[in-house]
Amino acid sequence: MAFSGRKKKYMADDEVIVLENVSKKYQAGVQALNDVSIRIKKGEFVFIVGDSGSGKSTLIKLLLKELMPTEGNIYVLNYNLNRLKHRKVPKFRRNIGVVFQDFRLLRDRNVYENVAFAQRIVQVPGKLIRRNVPSILATVGLAGKYKAKPDRLSGGEQQRVAIARALVNRPAILLADEPTGNLDPKNSQEIMKLLEEINEAGTTIIMVTHNKEIVNAMKKRVITLNRGVVISDQERGVYIDED
Amino acid sequence: MRISTLFYTLWQGIKNIFRNKLFSMASVATIAACLFLFGIFYSILANFQNIVKTAQEGVCVVVFFDEDITDKRIEEIGEIIKKRAEVSSVNFVSADEAWESFKQEYLGDYSDGFTENPLANDANYEIYLSDVSMQSALVTYLESLPGIREVKRSELTALTLSNANKLIGYVSLGIIAILLAVSVFLISNTVTIGISVRKEEISIMKYIGATDFFVRAPFVIEGILIGLIGAAIPMGIIYFLYNRALNFITKQFSVLSTLLNFMSVEQIFKLLLPISLGIGVGIGFFGSFLTVRKHLRV
Repeated sequence: MAFSGRKKKYMADDEVIVLENVSKKYQAGVQALNDVSIRIKKGEFVFIVGDSGSGKSTLIKLLLKELMPTEGNIYVLNYNLNRLKHRKVPKFRRNIGVVFQDFRLLRDRNVYENVAFAQRIVQVPGKLIRRNVPSILATVGLAGKYKAKPDRLSGGEQQRVAIARALVNRPAILLADEPTGNLDPKNSQEIMKLLEEINEAGTTIIMVTHNKEIVNAMKKRVITLNRGVVISDQERGVYIDED
Repeated sequence: MRISTLFYTLWQGIKNIFRNKLFSMASVATIAACLFLFGIFYSILANFQNIVKTAQEGVCVVVFFDEDITDKRIEEIGEIIKKRAEVSSVNFVSADEAWESFKQEYLGDYSDGFTENPLANDANYEIYLSDVSMQSALVTYLESLPGIREVKRSELTALTLSNANKLIGYVSLGIIAILLAVSVFLISNTVTIGISVRKEEISIMKYIGATDFFVRAPFVIEGILIGLIGAAIPMGIIYFLYNRALNFITKQFSVLSTLLNFMSVEQIFKLLLPISLGIGVGIGFFGSFLTVRKHLRV
């Protein structure tokens, strides 16, 4: 993604996410994040790990501008999220794909319609939708199941549909919140293989997970959060057990 | 906005109605019931006002002239009166005409004994008003004119009709206001339920980058369509029932039908149809728009 000539530069050309001394305190008084600084480069595959309540979900919400930080600055794809106006949020989010643990597919629509839905709501012309959707379904290995409703698919297949939906608008960043959390080991491995291929094709991936085996097997960058603080940030890292 | 997006939004609005069948039907039925009542009230009130208006047209002020007045002055007075805004028509009744009319109405054959016209000084103007409430002002003005001996008026009739007209206006306003509030509340409830049923879908739309308009528009369209259907149904029913009701009233109460002049269904629908459709669309739009603004902070 080229930033030049558009607006003020908040980050280096090879960076896609910058958090500077970010803290988030909820109204109930819970300190979810405390002075977190992270810089993520274009094309990286980053695991965010940590126990429940460590601040992983808050971090994802901050990156999507669902929440505002109490302190600090957040820059994503050269958007200054602290200053981003409400009406510009949809345009910003079109640069980010999101995948959830529970897939969040539309149960009343088939595979094709679930993926096409993502293109329709960003107002892609119908002709392009008919071209893009089969192509992305082929990428995630579901070309033959485009007519199936989500209930007829396995967990792994449903997650593939969710990934296809997240990718069809060609986002620069893919945020995956526990994408293997509801899957058995075999399906988890297949999803990780797919995510790795997507990453190799150039998409930056930020994946929140609890799965120690996956993190250790992938040998990617691992950021560990504990009670809202970054306690470790390793290149080709491993899952740090806090017990 | 793309044409395809417009059709997609419209289609989603229509689908929303069917996704949420039970509540959509309940909303349509209630709005239809409200607008049916409104239509009936309107028809009754419009007919009543028509009757009142016809009665008002018969209310007149009569002016009598000074005994020594010239014909030229009578003509002048007639011209002055005709120019008044509240006057709809002026009718000159000569002394002979007044006597003829009196004889026919009250004396019949007994009038033969009169050799001279006892109403020789009773030539007059019958003044018909376009607005009965202006009668007092007109009378005061007429009394100040030189050459006028006496002004006779029907104060009670004028006041009663004028007050009845006002009362009808207030009652209809009150009824319409209550029905509107109920309908807006119902539409709002239906849309709120629609939003909660589609919470998951809306959250996905928000994550993918749908604009506020794109998320909200189908719900507003759903509201407008519910309002429109809710208005169209009672209009159809009233259209078919109106003439039957008039026939029934005319047959059952034949005394009334000779006294009262009912309006035709076309005359009634000239205003009732656009008002009802407007109210239906209006409550559909506002009910859903306010609800999505409240519940869909996207």
